[in-house]
Amino acid sequence: MNQQTIFDYTIHLADNALVIAQRNSEWCGHGPVLEQDIALTNISLDLLGQARSLYQYAASIRNKMNGNDQATEDTLAYLRDAREFRNCLLMELPNGDWGQTILRQFFFSVYQYNLYQYLQRSSDNTLSAIAEKSLKEVTYHQRWSSEWVIRLGDGTEESHRRMQNAVHELWMFTGELTTPAGYELEAARENIGVDPASLKAAWSQTIAEVFQEATLDVPATGWMQTGGKEGRHTEHLGYILAEMQFLQRTYPDSKW
Amino acid sequence: MSVQELEKIFQDKIDREVRIEPKDWMPDAYRKTLIRQISQHAHSEIVGMLPEGNWITRAPSLKRKAILLAKVQDEAGHGLYLYAATETLGITREQTIDDLHSGKAKYSSIFNYPTITWADIGAIGWLVDGAAILNQVMLCRTSYGPYARANIRICKEESFHQRQGFEILLVLSQGTPEQKAMLQDAVDRWWWPSLMMFGPRDSESTHSDQSTQWKIKRKSNDELRQQFVDMIAEQAKILQVTLPDPELKWNAEKKQYDWGEIDWNEFWNVVKGNGPCNKQRLDARKKAHDNGAWVREAAKAYADKRKEREEKEIKVA
Repeated sequence: MNQQTIFDYTIHLADNALVIAQRNSEWCGHGPVLEQDIALTNISLDLLGQARSLYQYAASIRNKMNGNDQATEDTLAYLRDAREFRNCLLMELPNGDWGQTILRQFFFSVYQYNLYQYLQRSSDNTLSAIAEKSLKEVTYHQRWSSEWVIRLGDGTEESHRRMQNAVHELWMFTGELTTPAGYELEAARENIGVDPASLKAAWSQTIAEVFQEATLDVPATGWMQTGGKEGRHTEHLGYILAEMQFLQRTYPDSKW
Repeated sequence: MSVQELEKIFQDKIDREVRIEPKDWMPDAYRKTLIRQISQHAHSEIVGMLPEGNWITRAPSLKRKAILLAKVQDEAGHGLYLYAATETLGITREQTIDDLHSGKAKYSSIFNYPTITWADIGAIGWLVDGAAILNQVMLCRTSYGPYARANIRICKEESFHQRQGFEILLVLSQGTPEQKAMLQDAVDRWWWPSLMMFGPRDSESTHSDQSTQWKIKRKSNDELRQQFVDMIAEQAKILQVTLPDPELKWNAEKKQYDWGEIDWNEFWNVVKGNGPCNKQRLDARKKAHDNGAWVREAAKAYADKRKEREEKEIKVA
């Protein structure tokens, strides 16, 4: 198996988890009600934990490929620039209101839930172990975010309008989740990873079921934005990284 | 039974170290004092999330980010236990929060200082949580049961908070010259405000006497402050930082540290709302509350609809 492919695939999984964790963590201390502030912070912590496991694994692969490299979870998170990030565009979108944040989490959690079900059976032992451990967390994320989509969709007139608006804002970024990049197809061929196109039916079905209960309309499938998986991002990612990476960039080679 | 007799039984319980529980008779003033104090404590936890939350997105490593997120989340949890404790005294969480937003209720002034550098996150853990723990350890034995129990849970987590703060600073103390300067600068800025956390001098404190008699408080402001200085002055040696007080020195006779005078003018100004971040902190809380109104309304409307549907289903069945 080509090590570069495992590296790219792992980095993609890690970047997804980190970038959405970073976005969600912006809510910490600013949530609409204390219990939900705590719940979303929990999800950020779980996703950050997943990202760390994946970066640690990616770092070990990189160091094996090149003996001179001394990659760590932190060099990967803090010292790569936007073009090297492989997360889907959906993760980096601004939080918007609470409804948009919930909906983004819901779209992603349903995807991650389906992905990790398969990834548990990866022939790569580290990835399967990470998937197995993460699946317990993601099961809760999916439940929590579905419940909130339903509650807000079928709550008041205002909350319904806001949720339907969130759907319109985010929908064109959902297609990328299940549109495979080259390294995903290769990883799938080697039974290391999963072809995300194969998850599309299950993903769409859950979305349709939850939307129905939430009295939300599923948009007609239209044009979908892509590029994040290949490092072509929205204008938002640069700002996320500028903020996240600033200490490491300003004080290079320091321990924290 | 007359009020005098009830008061006698109440004070007798306190003197015998029996905890007061929500359903017990208590003087109105005891209830009011507790509502004021516990809600102030709760608000401090919640407002305290802001200066530290300010660094979550910029934490310098993934490990530090995870620890800081978990820590700020703990503060939210402490706020929850404490709001629940105030509710046992007959005031709702909404009312308590409204009092914060209207300025009627206070929170710890320390959170009106800005977190300018990463070292401030360490300094908050070491000094601010260090000061808070001394107070909270005392409050684990406070006379009101629900408040005492809330503090026991809080103390377990706070000692981890103080250690993580100290550890952030310890790493900086062994780092580059820039990191050492960042550490000293944070200690310079947080030292005096931390001493102010214990409140006015005993001779100036308006609530102390009664609170001591009711065993809400078991140590005076000045006693706790002395305990804090003695503890921190020793720990500062390990960090190789200078506490910004030329008068600070060990008094062998008294077996404690002597130190200089707090700037009480600054203290009272920050209490009155003139601190560097008083306005920003309160604005941030109000904004979160206002922006969240539609979410809370929707959750309630949905819960009501659910209930209505379930009742209908029961009727049909």
